[in-house]
Amino acid sequence: MRRLFVAAAVLALALGAGAAQAQNKLKIGFVYVGPIGDYGWTYQHEVGRRALMEQFKDKIETSYLENVNEGPDAERSIEALVRAGHKLIFTTSFGFMDATAKVAKKYPNVWFEHATGYKRDKNLATYSGRFYEGRYILGQIAARMSKTNTIGYIASFPIPEVVSGINAMMLGAQSIKPDMKIKIIWVNTWYDPGKEADAAKALADQGADIIAQHTDSPAAMQMAEQRGIKAFGQDSDMIKFGPKAQLTAIINNWTPYYVERVKLALDNKWTTGDVWGGLKSGLVQMAPYTNMPDDVKTMAQQTEAAIRDGKMHVFKCPVSGQDGKAVECKGGTHLSDEQILGMNFFIKGIDDKVPGK
Amino acid sequence: MLLEAVLLTVITASTPLLLAASGELVAERAGVLNLGVEGMMIVGAACGFAGAFLSGSILLGALCGILGGAALAAVFALLTLGLAANQVASGLALTILGVGVSGLIGAGFVGQKIAGAPHLYIPFVTDIPFMGRVIFGQDGFVYVSITLIAGIWWFLYRTRAGLVLRAVGDNHASAHALGYPVLRIRALAVLFGGACAGLGGAYLPLAYTPFWVSGMTAGRGWIALALVVFASWLPGRLALGAYLFGAVTILQLHAQGAGLGVPSQLMTALPYLATIVVLVAISWARGRAGSPAPASLGLAFVPDR
Repeated sequence: MRRLFVAAAVLALALGAGAAQAQNKLKIGFVYVGPIGDYGWTYQHEVGRRALMEQFKDKIETSYLENVNEGPDAERSIEALVRAGHKLIFTTSFGFMDATAKVAKKYPNVWFEHATGYKRDKNLATYSGRFYEGRYILGQIAARMSKTNTIGYIASFPIPEVVSGINAMMLGAQSIKPDMKIKIIWVNTWYDPGKEADAAKALADQGADIIAQHTDSPAAMQMAEQRGIKAFGQDSDMIKFGPKAQLTAIINNWTPYYVERVKLALDNKWTTGDVWGGLKSGLVQMAPYTNMPDDVKTMAQQTEAAIRDGKMHVFKCPVSGQDGKAVECKGGTHLSDEQILGMNFFIKGIDDKVPGK
Repeated sequence: MLLEAVLLTVITASTPLLLAASGELVAERAGVLNLGVEGMMIVGAACGFAGAFLSGSILLGALCGILGGAALAAVFALLTLGLAANQVASGLALTILGVGVSGLIGAGFVGQKIAGAPHLYIPFVTDIPFMGRVIFGQDGFVYVSITLIAGIWWFLYRTRAGLVLRAVGDNHASAHALGYPVLRIRALAVLFGGACAGLGGAYLPLAYTPFWVSGMTAGRGWIALALVVFASWLPGRLALGAYLFGAVTILQLHAQGAGLGVPSQLMTALPYLATIVVLVAISWARGRAGSPAPASLGLAFVPDR
């Protein structure tokens, strides 16, 4: 299927290429891993792309390829965009890393941007979000709102980003209630609404009254709404699916970053780099705090401000591992970015094991 | 009560599998291997949600799902029966087509939600502790799915038409020689399969998680296909298998939540592993008692005129 899509896209792009060069617009391409209709990860990137169109109007031209496989198709898709005359290309999933790096080497005159990866080049920049900052706030809210003192967490895959998210949430929860418990279910998928809903039901049936998720669909939120418990949204504001359930949501806001990078590209000042934006840069945003008492709301807002202003760090030392020993503190007063990006252990207070460890 | 809650979730998880697999069982019994179940399900899901959202009626939504699945199956029937195209390739193409078409149909409905299918409620009876809600408190789809598989059993083994259908699947040349319209019977079986897959797909946005997002069947069509093989083409075993697969999915979630330390990756692979075991058992038995698979399964039939 993807091949067909790609083939059709290549044809369309090839047809459009001639016309565009004459107008001298900057052509920008996006490669998406999912459908733009996922209402989650890919949807938020698409929001960014639309914002670019809005802002730069006829100075730029954008196109996107959705549902691109993280396998060999990725390389072909990216190359197709290059051949069609795109000068700035955003590849928006971790699994596109090697393909992007390879194509970037082949075409030194095209600028590439890869989300959530770590391979860089003089024409390949990386960008990602410090989503763990938001999760710390979720943990604090959960500790204040839970009656059963149990958080239910729907996790996707045991990669560092997910593990550090769970740890950040528990650190937040422990800062309010040291004995908070967390139940974790690994669903081994980013996206399966039915399974996410099942996991949410299982967690609720086992006594969790606050549901957090690191998967992409609003299924768990809707489940929480039906069950009359609370939940946190993921990627985008999911209040529509849980008007009485959503406490807040972590929103991936790529728009400011995209606007900034396109501006640089238009001025011919684009250089490579690595941006890991958080609450401060606005890449990570919190949806309005709803369905909670005012004092909890105030607490959440204060924590958000403290993290944004750099007054506090989520992983401030000492951070104790499950064995109770403090983890080496490589970042001075807090864990270094490298430690967070490679996190593969649970902190003290989480009973579960990281799968495969 | 936890056990009741678990049972309720298991039934919800099993119903779309049972619906889609029931249809595929009939199609395969007629000798047609339609690998496009995933595609027909997702089109059924998109059409079902669109129908329910626009009309405000779950029943009309379900009907749209059935028609959507059947429409896609009609394309398959045209290719494989009308033009005698390769069934495996056409089935795979059907899935690709279905995913694309469903995205197109659903594009305008992303982020919308509906009230899910209502659950049966009989005063007092549904309130019986423990089993009341499990037996008398389900949504309509669940009762339809059980009636459907029972009906299929009755049809295949207790009616003349069912006997003819099985004959077509086991030896299309003989059936043809006896004067049975092989292609017409197969076309009807394929359409029925598509309708069931469409209904199974529609169950997802109408009852399971009442909203539409692209790709929401997430591979359930493939599990349904595996289920037919797992059941060795027998309706009773199919129902058992569907609830077994559903139970495995749900119980592993509960086991994880309870901190039992189950390797979740292994549990996710379990339905497929079970199917492989059955396939091995089938090939092993083939030398002894003959394969349970319809003998003409997957073979194109061109009548000599």
